Amino acid sequence: MEYFVQQLINGLALGSIYGLIAIGYTMVYGIIGMINFAHGDIFMVGAFGALIVIVGLGAVGFGGAGVLIILALLAAMLIAAVYGWALERVAYRPLRGSFRLAALISAIGMSIFLQNFVQLSQGARVKPLQPMVEGGFVVMEKGNFAVTLSYLQIIIVVTTVVLMAGFSLLIAKTPIGRAQRACEQDMKMASLLGLDVNRTISLTFVMGAALAAVAGMMFLLYYGVIDFFIGFLVGIKAFTAAVLGGIGSLPGAMLGGLLIGLIETFWSGYFTVEYKDVAAFSILVLVLIFRPTGLLGRPEVEKV
Amino acid sequence: MSEPLLTVEHLTMRFGGLIAVNDVSFVAGKRRITSIIGPNGAGKTTVFNCLTGFYKPSVGRLVLAGADREHYLERMDDFRIGQIAGVARTFQNIRLFPAMSVLENLLVAQHNKLMRASGWSVLGLFGVPSYRRAEDAAVELGRYWLEKINLIDRADEPAGDLPYGDQRRLEIARAMCTEPQILCLDEPAAGLNPRETADLNGLLRFIRDDSGVGVLLIEHDMSMVMEISDHIVVLDYGQKIAEGDPEAVRSNPDVIRAYLGDDEENDDIDAETAGDSQ
Amino acid sequence: MATIDYPQQAKESFLAGIVALALTVPMMGLRTASGQDGMIIDIRMGDAALTALGVAVGHFVISLIRQALQQRSPKETKTEKSARLKSIAIWIGWASFAFALTLPFTLNLTEGLGLHNKTRYYLDIGILVLTYVMLGWGLNIVVGLAGLLDLGYVAFYAVGAYSYALIAAHFGWSFWVCLPLAGLFAAFFGVILGFPVLRLRGDYLAIVTLGFGEIVRVVLLNWYQFTGGPDGLSRIPRPDFFGLPFKRSSSEGETFHQFFGLDYSSIHRIIFLYYLIFILALITNAFTLRIRKLPVGRAWEALREDEIACRSLGLNPTNTKLTAFAIGAMFGGFAGAFFATRQGFISPESFTFIESAVILAIVVLGGMGSQIGVVIAAAVLIGGTEMFRGLEEFRMLAFGMAMLAIMVWKPRGLLANREPTVTLNGDKEAKP
Repeated sequence: MEYFVQQLINGLALGSIYGLIAIGYTMVYGIIGMINFAHGDIFMVGAFGALIVIVGLGAVGFGGAGVLIILALLAAMLIAAVYGWALERVAYRPLRGSFRLAALISAIGMSIFLQNFVQLSQGARVKPLQPMVEGGFVVMEKGNFAVTLSYLQIIIVVTTVVLMAGFSLLIAKTPIGRAQRACEQDMKMASLLGLDVNRTISLTFVMGAALAAVAGMMFLLYYGVIDFFIGFLVGIKAFTAAVLGGIGSLPGAMLGGLLIGLIETFWSGYFTVEYKDVAAFSILVLVLIFRPTGLLGRPEVEKV
Repeated sequence: MSEPLLTVEHLTMRFGGLIAVNDVSFVAGKRRITSIIGPNGAGKTTVFNCLTGFYKPSVGRLVLAGADREHYLERMDDFRIGQIAGVARTFQNIRLFPAMSVLENLLVAQHNKLMRASGWSVLGLFGVPSYRRAEDAAVELGRYWLEKINLIDRADEPAGDLPYGDQRRLEIARAMCTEPQILCLDEPAAGLNPRETADLNGLLRFIRDDSGVGVLLIEHDMSMVMEISDHIVVLDYGQKIAEGDPEAVRSNPDVIRAYLGDDEENDDIDAETAGDSQ
Repeated sequence: MATIDYPQQAKESFLAGIVALALTVPMMGLRTASGQDGMIIDIRMGDAALTALGVAVGHFVISLIRQALQQRSPKETKTEKSARLKSIAIWIGWASFAFALTLPFTLNLTEGLGLHNKTRYYLDIGILVLTYVMLGWGLNIVVGLAGLLDLGYVAFYAVGAYSYALIAAHFGWSFWVCLPLAGLFAAFFGVILGFPVLRLRGDYLAIVTLGFGEIVRVVLLNWYQFTGGPDGLSRIPRPDFFGLPFKRSSSEGETFHQFFGLDYSSIHRIIFLYYLIFILALITNAFTLRIRKLPVGRAWEALREDEIACRSLGLNPTNTKLTAFAIGAMFGGFAGAFFATRQGFISPESFTFIESAVILAIVVLGGMGSQIGVVIAAAVLIGGTEMFRGLEEFRMLAFGMAMLAIMVWKPRGLLANREPTVTLNGDKEAKP
C-alpha cells in the first residue's frame, strides 16, 4: 500500500512535467494542425537555460536557492520563448501553404539542428546539478518504508496547477485567448475579420515554449542531470500525453500528462524499468487505434 | 416508369440529435436521369453519402438492382459499394488525382479489373501477355471516354493542370470507367458556364442512352435539372416533399413554397421554363 | 526589372542577426563546463557574436540571391522545364550508373597510377552510399509512391539485420537463403506493424511509426537472451562467392583466390560486397519502375493523391497501404541482411531514430518518387559527410540545416518530376 502511494506521488509529479509540455503540443496542433516535432527540444533548451542561470549566478554567489530558482525560471522561459518564436518563423511559417510532409521534415531538421547545436555549444557530456530543493514530508510509514512527499514535488504540482489555471483563464477570457480560439476554428475567417493571424500563431508557439521551459527547469531540479538529448524521449511521451488526452484540448493535455506519468511510474515500479519507454509508445499506439480523438477530444468529421 | 435501379426505402440519417434525412423514399429507374433537388441544407448530399457508404444510415434500406443480383448498400463498406455494387460517384469539390495524368486517372478507375487480370500485379510483374492485353483494353476504354469528353489531346498531362470545366468532365469520365450500374453526380454543373452546362447535358444524355447507366444527380441549376431530368425528387429539411416528372414538380405548390424567399430564383425558373416550353 | 531595396534588405538582415544573437548568447556565449569544484560558466561571447554576424550576413546574401532569381523572367514554359529536368535526370542516371558500375576498377587503376592509396576506403564509402540508396528506394515505395509517412523505417532495417544474423548463426544456411528469409521476415513485420495503424492520418502515422521504431530498438537493447542486448550479435557469417570463401586458405576446400588463380587480397571480399549491394539496389530500382506501371503501383500513387476518391472508385485502401508498407519493409529487410553480413557484427546502436530520419531525408530531399533524386541525395548526404569526417561534429548540424533549407526552397525535393506510367500520345516509357 505504501509503495503504491509513493508511486502515485512520484507519478503525479512526473506527470505534471509531461502535462506542461503536452500543452505546447496541443496548442500548436490546435491552431496550425501540425505536430511541432521540435517542441521536445525547446523543453531541452529551457532546461539548459535554467541550468546556465543557476550555475552562472550561483558561481558568483548571487543568492539563495529560492531567488536562484525564480530567476532561472524566468530566464529559461525567456530563452525558450525566443527559441520557440524563431522556430516558428524559420521552420513553420514559410511552409504553411505547403504540404504537411514538408513542414514535418523541416521540423525534424530543426530538431536535429537544435540537438546538435546545444551539443556543440554546451558539450556532449551530461550536466549535473546539485540538489537545490531538499527534504519533504513523510506522509505515511510502515516498517522501514516511508512514503515521502518532497518539497520539490509539491512545488512542481503547485506550479503546474497555478499555470494551468492561469492559462485556462487566459484562453477563455482574454483577447489573446479569444484570438487563438478563433484561429483554431477558422483561420481564414479570423484573418478576414482583422485578426493578426501571424502574431497569434507566433504567440501560441511562444506560450507553449514558455511552459515547456518551466517543465524543463522542473526536470532539471527533479532529476538533477540533463543532456542535449532529453528532448527526444520526453518529447515523444509528452506528445503521447497530448494525444491521449485529446489533441486540441488543454485540460486533455494535462490529464494525458498525468496519466502517462502515472503509467510510466507504476510500470517501472511494478514491472521492469527497461521497458518503461516502450510502455508510453504502446499507449500511444493503442490510443490512436481505439480512440484516436483521445479522452477529451472532439471528433473530427471529414467533409466529403 | 422504367425498371427500378435504386430503391431508397425509409432512409433516415441522424447525427446525434440532428435529423438530417427523415424517412425519405424514392426510386431511381434504369436508363433514367433522376435529380434530387431542394434548398441548401435539405439533406441531399447526406443522401448521397449514405448511398455511397460514407455514412451508415440510421434507418432504411438502399437496394441497388445490380447486374446479377440485388445489393443492400446500407450494409456495405464505402469501397465495396464501388467495387461490387457498381455505384460510381463524383464530388462537390472535385477529387481527381492531380499529379497523375488524365489517362492514368481513368486507368485507376479500372483498378479492380486490372488487378484480376494481372494476378494482383504479381503476374504482371513478369510481363504476362494476358495483363498486357488487359491494360491495352483499359487504355482503349480510357481513350473512348476521352474522346467523348474532348480531352484526348491532353491525355498525358497532369490532371491538376486542367481547367475547371475539363476537370469536372474528367471526373465523370473516370466514374464511367468503373463501368458502373449507377452514376451519382454531386452538383456536376457547379461553376460551369452555360456552354459548358450544355455540353454536360449532352454528356449525361449520352451516358443514359448509350451506356444504359442510370444517373442520379444533385443539382441547384434549375434550368439544367428541368432540361434533362426524367424524374425529380424534391427534399426540404430532410424530408421528401415532392416527386415526379419535371412538369409535375415545376407546378407543385409545395415545391414553390419551399423555394419561396428566394424570389429571384423563382422568377428565373418561370422565365426559363416559359422560354423552354415547346 | 525592379531594383532591389538594399536598405530595407539590410534592415531585415540586421534584425535577423539580432534574433540570432538572442539565440546564441545564452547557448553559445555561456557555456557550462566542468571547473575544479563543480560547474562553471565559460563565457564565450565572441563565438556567439560571430555566429550571429554570420547569420545576418548569410541572410542578406541569400535574400539578395533569391530576389535576383525571382526577378529574372522565366524563359521557359512548364512543359519545357519538365522536359529539361527529365533529360538532366536521365543523363545523371546513366552517368551515375556507369560510375558506380566501374568504381572498383577505376579505383584500382588510379591507385596503380599512384594517385591515391585508399581504394578500400573509397569502396567502403561506395558500399555505404549504395546501402542508403537502396534504403532510400525502399522507403520511396512507402513515402514517395504511397504517400505514407513512415518515420520508423529503421525498424525493418533492424529486423532484417537481426533475423539474418540469427538465422545464419542457428541454421548455417548460405547467404543466398538467409537474405530472402530476412526480407520475408521484415515484410511480415511490416504487415503486423501496418495493419493496426495504416488508417491513421499523416502526422499521427508518422509519430506512431516513430514509436514503433523506438520500441524495436528498446526491445533489441533489452532482450539480452535473444538479441545479445547492447553487446549485439557478432561473428555473423561473412558472405562467400557461391561456396568459395574469401579467405587465405580453408580446411573445407578451395577458397576464392585459389579458384581464380589470384593472389590473396582482402579487397576481393570488399569488391564482392560492393557489387552485391549494387545488384540489390538495382533490383529494388527495377522493381519500383515496374510496379509503377502495374495496377497496385498506380493504386499507391492514387491513394497518395486522394484517398476518398480511391474509395469511391472501389479501391480497398487498407490492402493497398499494407502492400506498400510490406514491400517497402521487405527491401529494408534485404538491406539489413546485407548490412549484417558486411559488418559481421550488429548492435542496437546502428538502428536509432536518426537513421530513419536520414533515410526519410534522402527520399524527400531527392524528390519524392524520383529514383535519381534518391541517388543524388544519398551521394551528397552520406558520401559528402563521410568524406568530411573531420568535421564530424558539424555534420549533423549541417544535416538538420540542409533538411530545413531544401524544404523551404524546394518542398517537392530537388528533382521532383513525375512522368506518367503510360501515355496515349507519347512514347510508352516511364522515366527513372
